[in-house]
Amino acid sequence: MVSPIISIKHLFAHYGNTQVLNDVNLDVNPGEILVVMGGSGSGKSTLLKHMLGLKAPSSGTVMIDDVNIITAKNKQLQQLRKKMGVAFQGGALLSSLNVADNISLPLEQNTSLDTQTIDIMVRMKLELMNMSGTGHLMPSELSGGMLKRAGLARAVIMDPKLLFFDEPSAGLDPTTAVELDELILTLRDAMNITIVVVTHELESVFKIADRVVVLFGGEVVANGTVEEIKNSTDERIQNMINRKPNTNKDDGEVYFNRLLNKRES
Amino acid sequence: MGALFNSISNLGETTHKRIGSIGLATLFLIRIISSLFTGLVSFKQVLKQIYFIGNRSLAVIIVAALFTGMVVALQFYDTLVRFGSVDLLGSAVALSLIKELGPVMTALMLIARVGSATCSEIGIMRNEQQFDALDCMAINSYRYVMLPRLLAALICTPILTAIFDLVGIGGGYIVAVHIQGESPGAYIQGVLDTISYKDVVVGQIKSLVFGLFIIWIPLYYGYYLHLSQKNMGAEGVSNGTTQAVVMSAIIMLFSDYIVSSLAL
Repeated sequence: MVSPIISIKHLFAHYGNTQVLNDVNLDVNPGEILVVMGGSGSGKSTLLKHMLGLKAPSSGTVMIDDVNIITAKNKQLQQLRKKMGVAFQGGALLSSLNVADNISLPLEQNTSLDTQTIDIMVRMKLELMNMSGTGHLMPSELSGGMLKRAGLARAVIMDPKLLFFDEPSAGLDPTTAVELDELILTLRDAMNITIVVVTHELESVFKIADRVVVLFGGEVVANGTVEEIKNSTDERIQNMINRKPNTNKDDGEVYFNRLLNKRES
Repeated sequence: MGALFNSISNLGETTHKRIGSIGLATLFLIRIISSLFTGLVSFKQVLKQIYFIGNRSLAVIIVAALFTGMVVALQFYDTLVRFGSVDLLGSAVALSLIKELGPVMTALMLIARVGSATCSEIGIMRNEQQFDALDCMAINSYRYVMLPRLLAALICTPILTAIFDLVGIGGGYIVAVHIQGESPGAYIQGVLDTISYKDVVVGQIKSLVFGLFIIWIPLYYGYYLHLSQKNMGAEGVSNGTTQAVVMSAIIMLFSDYIVSSLAL
């Protein structure tokens, strides 16, 4: 049996007094595309931040490639992060650098490659993202879809073992969203990367996922293949799939109170 | 009784928050400085910041210095002429500029131009997850983003202050010689005779200290914008920038008093 590349055990997280993640357990196997799905406020973005080591949880462990990202020393964490790529929702490109400089940044800062090699690698990644000839543009000159693809080019420039996506198709027109989904599948197949995607876009989920984890109120309520999720008898999952409003009024109240608490804290 | 208890409780909470902020800001500065020893600083980034802080502030510093020098000369002339001591005009203008007005006015101009721009840029970077992205790329944001700005401010502020002093003295010369008709030799001799090495050093030390506050406080406010939910978004960046500018100016003026009292 293959050991998981990401293993999360008993993860609890709070914002002030509000619990955001409640005993989350999940494994991600090498080479698979795992999609974390859930509505607004379900805790999926918080879970991603914990997987990336950007937040410290209240308790629990997040093991990535046999390193506990929560207790890892700075040097160990830096080494681990060189094996990871992250495509942020809005691209998160540095606004003071042009596209090519943004993409080459991880190579310039973390490797001793010469400028010529870096330029070639940048051109290759831009081509892969169908963005040839845009290296000289500033992030402010790009459309939403191009920003995401440029962010993705930067995320894969170091040829990572693990790739994380935060809402890859959010805010994109349907055609661009489909193109991005296909790009994710291509990347997995071409580079054999393990991919974790956080999204609430159902079309994306069903198209790209090998396995789906559904979060609801900070808890994992389902973990299975696309077919298993589609056939789930859980009312909350069926409501999400069929785009029906949640009829459980307590949950709405809990969500509202959570928002209020978050603001106060 | 309840109201009194609430007031004391609020006072305690505010004090606790303020002390916490001072601690966090100090830790932030220590992290920036210590990042100097974790790897090479990007020379390109330092040059870029020197261009932004130094070159692009030059015109505004020269204009401000010229008029400040002219006004100072005018005011001193009006006072000195009553005591028949107009020959001290050069000394008075030079001393007031080099010891006090040069460093303070330069710092205020830089806070208005560089401090506000830096805070809003860093705040927007925070809002757009650019610091998260740097962390995820294993890039030390203290070394890559903060340190070049700090170094550039520490390099540029004393130089701009020196330029302010020289242009200010020149502005005073225009008023004294060309408008009030005083002797050019007396004015220049007054300047040269009065300024001591110590005056110049104290002025430069002041500008170095001010350079620190001009950049440290805005960087801190921008970087920790996310700590308060209400500070997120465009309004949050605007609020953070206002707070950073006001706080930089107050701390700069306070440090001016401290350095002046230590130097005297």
